[in-house]
Amino acid sequence: MSLTYDDVIAKYEPVLGLEVHVELNTKSKMFCGCSTIFGAEPNTQTCPVCLALPGALPTVNEKAIESTIKIGLALNCSIAPFSRFARKNYFYPDMPKNFQISQYDEPICVNGYVDVEIETDEGPKVFRIEVERVHMEEDTGKSLHVGGATGRIHGAEYSLLDYNRAGIPLVEIVTKIVPGTGKYAPEVARAYVAELRDILRSLGVSDVKMEQGSLRCDANVSLRLIGVDTLGTRSETKNVNSLRSVERAIRGEMIRHAELLNKGGRVVQETRHFQEDTGLTRSGRSKEQAEDYRYFPEPDLVPVAPDAAWIEELRAALPERPSIHRKRLQEQWAVPDKEMSAMINADVLDVVEATVALGADPTKARGWWLGEISRIANEKDVAIKDLAIAASDVAEIVALVNAGELTDKLARQVVEGVIAGEGKPAAVIAARGIKVVNDDSALMTAIERACAAQPETAQKVRDGHVPAAGALIGAIMKDTKGQADAAKVRSLLLAHLGQSEG
Amino acid sequence: MIRNSASEMASKLANGEITSVALTQAHLDQISAVDKDVHAFLHVDTQGALAQAAAVDAKRKSGEKLSPLAGVPLALKDVMTQKGIPTTCGSKILEGWRPPYDSTVVANLKKNDIVILGKTNMDEFAMGSSTENSAYGPTHNPWDLTRIPGGSGGGSAASLAAFEAPLAIGTDTGGSIRQPAAVTGTVGVKPTYGGVSRYGLVAFSSSLDQAGPCARTVLDAALLHEAIAGHDPKDSTSINAPVPAVVAAAKSGNVKGMKIGVVKELNGDGYQKGVRNRFEESLELLAAAGAEIVEVSAPNFEYALAAYYLIAPSECSSNLARFDAMRYGLRVGDNDGASAESVMNLTREVGFGREVKRRIILGTYALSSGYYDAYYGSAQKVRTLITQDFNKAFEIADVLVSPTCPTTAFKIGEKANDPLAMYLNDIATIPVNMAGIGGMSLPSGVADEDGLPVGFQIMSPVMKDDRMYSVGAALEAALLTKWGAPLLSTIPALAGSK
Repeated sequence: MSLTYDDVIAKYEPVLGLEVHVELNTKSKMFCGCSTIFGAEPNTQTCPVCLALPGALPTVNEKAIESTIKIGLALNCSIAPFSRFARKNYFYPDMPKNFQISQYDEPICVNGYVDVEIETDEGPKVFRIEVERVHMEEDTGKSLHVGGATGRIHGAEYSLLDYNRAGIPLVEIVTKIVPGTGKYAPEVARAYVAELRDILRSLGVSDVKMEQGSLRCDANVSLRLIGVDTLGTRSETKNVNSLRSVERAIRGEMIRHAELLNKGGRVVQETRHFQEDTGLTRSGRSKEQAEDYRYFPEPDLVPVAPDAAWIEELRAALPERPSIHRKRLQEQWAVPDKEMSAMINADVLDVVEATVALGADPTKARGWWLGEISRIANEKDVAIKDLAIAASDVAEIVALVNAGELTDKLARQVVEGVIAGEGKPAAVIAARGIKVVNDDSALMTAIERACAAQPETAQKVRDGHVPAAGALIGAIMKDTKGQADAAKVRSLLLAHLGQSEG
Repeated sequence: MIRNSASEMASKLANGEITSVALTQAHLDQISAVDKDVHAFLHVDTQGALAQAAAVDAKRKSGEKLSPLAGVPLALKDVMTQKGIPTTCGSKILEGWRPPYDSTVVANLKKNDIVILGKTNMDEFAMGSSTENSAYGPTHNPWDLTRIPGGSGGGSAASLAAFEAPLAIGTDTGGSIRQPAAVTGTVGVKPTYGGVSRYGLVAFSSSLDQAGPCARTVLDAALLHEAIAGHDPKDSTSINAPVPAVVAAAKSGNVKGMKIGVVKELNGDGYQKGVRNRFEESLELLAAAGAEIVEVSAPNFEYALAAYYLIAPSECSSNLARFDAMRYGLRVGDNDGASAESVMNLTREVGFGREVKRRIILGTYALSSGYYDAYYGSAQKVRTLITQDFNKAFEIADVLVSPTCPTTAFKIGEKANDPLAMYLNDIATIPVNMAGIGGMSLPSGVADEDGLPVGFQIMSPVMKDDRMYSVGAALEAALLTKWGAPLLSTIPALAGSK
């Protein structure tokens, strides 16, 4: 009988350690000039350097160093005045040099922290996650193992190698051990990765797309009996690729460890692979015997020694922390917590902010993005950001509604038209012939026609039974193809029938 | 024509006395005549060389302004990539590989219209002091075909002594330019580390490797030095500073008032008598030319060899990891069902020679966890101490000097099974690489006991390479006056030689 999560946390304290790999969005690779664009034909983005042809030498991508320093600063790290690359030696066919250039004992950023806030039983609580180091390295190529049941090299008939990814700049962000999160460990981990993602996005240094692997998390978990100081044996779940999976993987590992420990067994120090379908992990490579990577300083690269004045320039230019920024927006817009979370979860905060910056009322801007536009995105099963509608379009539409030139109903048609690729709002309005019927005489004709068609209803209204006007208004709106302003129709109709609003 | 110096050839080309095609053909003919005995070349690019020569002649005819060595032929050590031309590094593991790119040195040679005749033999991956470690058979010393031409760049040095080329490119990790120069009676220069780009130089030991010029005169070496040196953004360790004025220094050859430091530890016991005699004689000539001779001490040099044989193998164990049969070169055992791992293992087993394997194993061990500090770590400390020894010595002297090697050329096979004896050949050249400074070897005569050439080594501080050219040119001039003709004019004639 498997344990429940409550059983686990009643007895054990989880200790976390999180390693996040981020692919930087530099135009060229870490050590050569090859393009980094995702999804190109295999082996078309390679050169003597990233294929490790004899004689080729690496040179450092300055932009990658700048991005890494920005990350370090945003995570409250110290920036080392002198850091070095090292070679991590091991043989694998997708690593052309058979060593990876990485930073080892002299990383570029050290000793930072990230504060994350989560909802606890006692209300919102801040957890400080200490960052041990931020360092640069290069990605490997990709192996595709063909044949065999597992998709792994063992049992495969043959393997295909794509070196397009070899040499893509990676930044690794490693936390110190994180004790003291108790039952909230999975949520704290998720919040940490989410916060990192937001920070990295605000810095503009990475696409941070977990599903494409541009941000991937390795989650280390160990358990110890509550009150015990010594650390338990950890497992390392590799390449978890969504926020939800981070949370699930840690919860799952906590339960798996506890079951083992309760039975008197022991946790094996190893890497594990998270299975999206079951939420469980399966065993990977044993780390019981530390692999010997024979690290030594990379002799082909001179040390990285960023100028102190440059670091200060980068520090001064850092954007506002996303969490602080969000709090400020929430206050300015007077948005309830729930609505704020809805915007964050739907990933529309930036675009709502941009819409507001273009003059739209925050409530209306939010309404459009979370309402009609979200609905269309769901319908089409695409991300809101991938729809062909911009903040400027929405701002324009809101302005037209405010000016009485569009009704809400017409505005929805305009939104739909813009998303369908029919052009900017003005073009959609022109092409579809959308206009509010403001011409009183045309409306009056429609009103007379409706009253003539439903004489009994018209009489009821004349007799003072105002709610009966609804049926007439419906007919008039239908007659004018929805282009009339319903409020205006109502007031003209009531006046025509000798009534006024009660 | 082929016995001229490169600068003499250059002036004859410039004044229209000869064409580059004729000059190149003359060298190709000499290669055809003597290389069956010398075996300096692994690949001769007859068509490419003649085409390049014809192009230079055409440029000259059209009145285009050409660089000083335009049209002069050169032999390229087979460790440098040249687009489309086989590059083996003397190893079976790269058999058949044609690089798709030019090394920066080759790009500079082409830019200067220097005609590339072909690729020269070397110890496999530049590991050796005799060229016996080439997978394609040894090169023979033109002074005595039963003797070694030095190594690893034995092919480049022998090609000069056999008049197969007037210029050559070498690379020097622990003496691979200077020791072959010494035992073949030619000039070889290891520039300051970072002075010449390493891009396209197939790495043996990245922190020690340095390409440089090989020639028959100091001035020729200087002209070639200027053609290939300079900052290269493709090599992170390349120095971003103007190239020292080596040609001007070689032309003036002025040593008046210069202080020349004799390194106490690089002389005496273990050095052949004839080597010491020639060294003393050269010092007297330099003193007569106006230099002040002083003695300096470098107490940590005695650890240089030991430290070198930890650092160089460590780096090589990592540098040579890329030869895994996946992307280029030899592939062995790729039969149905063979795993990538077994193909890699078999290929490396068959593709690497004994000395390369010895150094890979040594380096892998030295970098292993638990041994790193004691071996690689200590060796790096020794390296710092050696650099400090040089710095102190250069406070006293402008340049330092020593014999290039303890002995003259030994017999082929004599030390092949005694790696330690072989390693001792480089005892005087290795400290220069450890400190990244410049070093030159030039002929100082022949040893009385065996009639074989002896090298004189000059060492200059970082980016002061011009100093060794001044001293080298002064000594060369004094020796020429003494002998009446260049040393190589006394080399026994090779069968078939022109």
